[in-house]
Amino acid sequence: MRHWYLNKETLMKGIFLLAACASILAVSLICLFLFANGLPAIGKIGIFDFLLGKVWKPGNDLYGILPMILGSIYVTAGAIVVGVPIGILTAVFMAKFCPKGLYRFLKPAVELLAGIPSVVYGFFGLVVIVPLIRELFPDSKGTSMLAASLLLGIMILPTIIGVSESAIRAVPESYYEGGLALGASHERSVFFATLPAAKSGILAGVILGIGRAIGETMAVIMVAGNQPRMPAGLLKGVRTLTSNIVMEMGYAADLHREALIATAVVLFVFILLINLLFSVLKRRTNE
Amino acid sequence: MEQINKQTFQQKLKSYRKSPLSLTLFLLVTISALVTAFVLFFLIAYILIKGVPHLTLDLFSWTYNSENVSMLPSIVNTFLMTLLSLLIATPLGIFSAIYLVEYAKRGSKVVKIVRITAETLSGIPSIVYGLFGMLFFVVTLHWGYSILSGAFTLAIMILPLIMRTTEEALKSVPDTYREGSFGLGAGRLRTVFRIVLPSAVPGILAGVILAIGRIVGETAALIFTAGTVPEIPESLLDSARTLSVHMYNLSREGLYVDQAYATAVVLLVVVIVINGLSNFVAKKISKG
Repeated sequence: MRHWYLNKETLMKGIFLLAACASILAVSLICLFLFANGLPAIGKIGIFDFLLGKVWKPGNDLYGILPMILGSIYVTAGAIVVGVPIGILTAVFMAKFCPKGLYRFLKPAVELLAGIPSVVYGFFGLVVIVPLIRELFPDSKGTSMLAASLLLGIMILPTIIGVSESAIRAVPESYYEGGLALGASHERSVFFATLPAAKSGILAGVILGIGRAIGETMAVIMVAGNQPRMPAGLLKGVRTLTSNIVMEMGYAADLHREALIATAVVLFVFILLINLLFSVLKRRTNE
Repeated sequence: MEQINKQTFQQKLKSYRKSPLSLTLFLLVTISALVTAFVLFFLIAYILIKGVPHLTLDLFSWTYNSENVSMLPSIVNTFLMTLLSLLIATPLGIFSAIYLVEYAKRGSKVVKIVRITAETLSGIPSIVYGLFGMLFFVVTLHWGYSILSGAFTLAIMILPLIMRTTEEALKSVPDTYREGSFGLGAGRLRTVFRIVLPSAVPGILAGVILAIGRIVGETAALIFTAGTVPEIPESLLDSARTLSVHMYNLSREGLYVDQAYATAVVLLVVVIVINGLSNFVAKKISKG
C-alpha cells in the first residue's frame, strides 16, 4: 500500500514537471517553425535585398521589407509620443494625487482600457479618428500614419500606466517625505524625489508598451492605409510588418508566402530583443 | 484623530500662486488622467450610442447569409473556442504553476528556463501566434482551418497568463496551511490538492476570467488558424469564425457598418462584464 502511495506522488510530480515544460516546448516549436519556414526565403531573396530592399512587389518577385520595417518603427514612435507622456502622468496621478473614492473608478477604467479587443479599437479608429483627420487635413485620405499612431498611443496607455504606477508605488515613502521636509511642495517632491527613483521601472513599462505597439495588428490594419511603399509622411498611409502579413497571407503562395513568414521572423526578432531589454530592466528594478 | 497637516483650499491656492511650477505639474497630471478617462468614456459611449439602435433581432438568427449577417453563429463559435482553449490551457497552466511553486527547489535551472519562456510567450504578438498555428496545427498536423487549430493556438497564447496568476495565487496561500497539513501526516500531493489549491481558487479564477477576455477579443491569431466560416461547425475540424473575427470581416468589407457597430456593442458588453467579474472575484480574495 505504502509503495503504491509513493508511486502516485512521484507520478504526479512527473506530470507537474511535464506541464511546466509545456511553455518550453511551445517556445521551441514556435522558434523552430518560424525560422525553418522563414529563413530559407531570406536566403533565397538575399538578406540585404530583403531587409534593405525598398520595393515590395510580390508580382515581380521583389521582396524588400524596408518600407514595412520603417512603417512599424515610425508608427511605434508616434504611439510613444502620444501615449508615454499621458500614460506616465496618469500613473503619477493615480499613485500620488488621486483621492481614494476616485481611484475606485479610475483603476477599473484603466483595466477596462486594456481589455477592449483590438478590433473594437480599430473600428473606433476607423469611424472616429480617420474621418477626423480627413476633415482637418482635406488632402489626406484619413487612413494614415497619424491615425495609426494616435490609436496605438491610446492602446498602449493601460500597459504604461499599470507598470509605471506600480513602479512609483514601490519607491519608499521616505523619499517623498524627505522632499516635503526640505520644504518642497507635494508636486515637487513627487516629481523630483519619487519619480526619478522609479525611473527604471517606468522605462520597463515604456518598453513593454513598445512591444505591444510593434506587435499590434488588427487595429493598425484598419486605420493605417497599408500601402506597401516607403513611408511618405504623417498624413500618408503606411504598412507595418504585422499588417503586411495579414494583408497578403490569405492568398500568398511559394516564395511570396515564405517571404511573409520571413516578415514574421523579423518581427519575432524585434520582439525578442524588446523582451530581453524589458527583463534586464525589470531585474535591475528588483535589485 | 484630527489631521494637523491639513491644508485648506485657500492655502493651497496661495502656495500654487507662489510656485507656478507646482501648479503646472498639478495641472499636467490632472489633465492627463482626465484625458485617459475621457478616451475610455468616449469610446464606450460612442459605440453604445451608435450601435444599440442597430441591435436587431435579425442579427441573432440561427443562419448567416449575405442579406442577414447574423452574429449568433459567431457567438456560439466564440463559446466553443473559449471552452476548448480553456480546457487545454487551464490544467497545463495550473499544473505548471504547482510545479514551480510547490515542487521546484529554489533557484533550480528548470524554473529559470520555464520563467524565461513564459515571459517570452507573453510578449509574442498574436499575429506571430497565428502564423505559428497555421504552420504547425493547420499545415503540419493537417488539422486544416478548424476550431481545433484555433483553440490550440489560443491555448498557447493564454498559457503564460494562467500560469502567472495561478503562481501568484498559490504563493499567497500561507505556509502555515502546508505545515499544518504535513504535520497531520498528509503527503505533498494531498496537501496540494486538498489544502493549497482550494484556498487559491479565487485567484486562479480571476486569471481564467482574464484569459476568457483575451480569447473573446482575439482576432489576428485566429484568422489563419480557425478561418472565417460564419457558421456553427459540425465537428472540431470545421472552420469557424469567432465574434471578433466576424467583426473584423464586417468592418473590412465596408458594406455592413451598422452591423459592425452592433457587433462592437456585444463585444464591449462582454468585455465589460468579464472585467467586472474578474474584479469582483479579485476583491473576494483580498477580503479573504
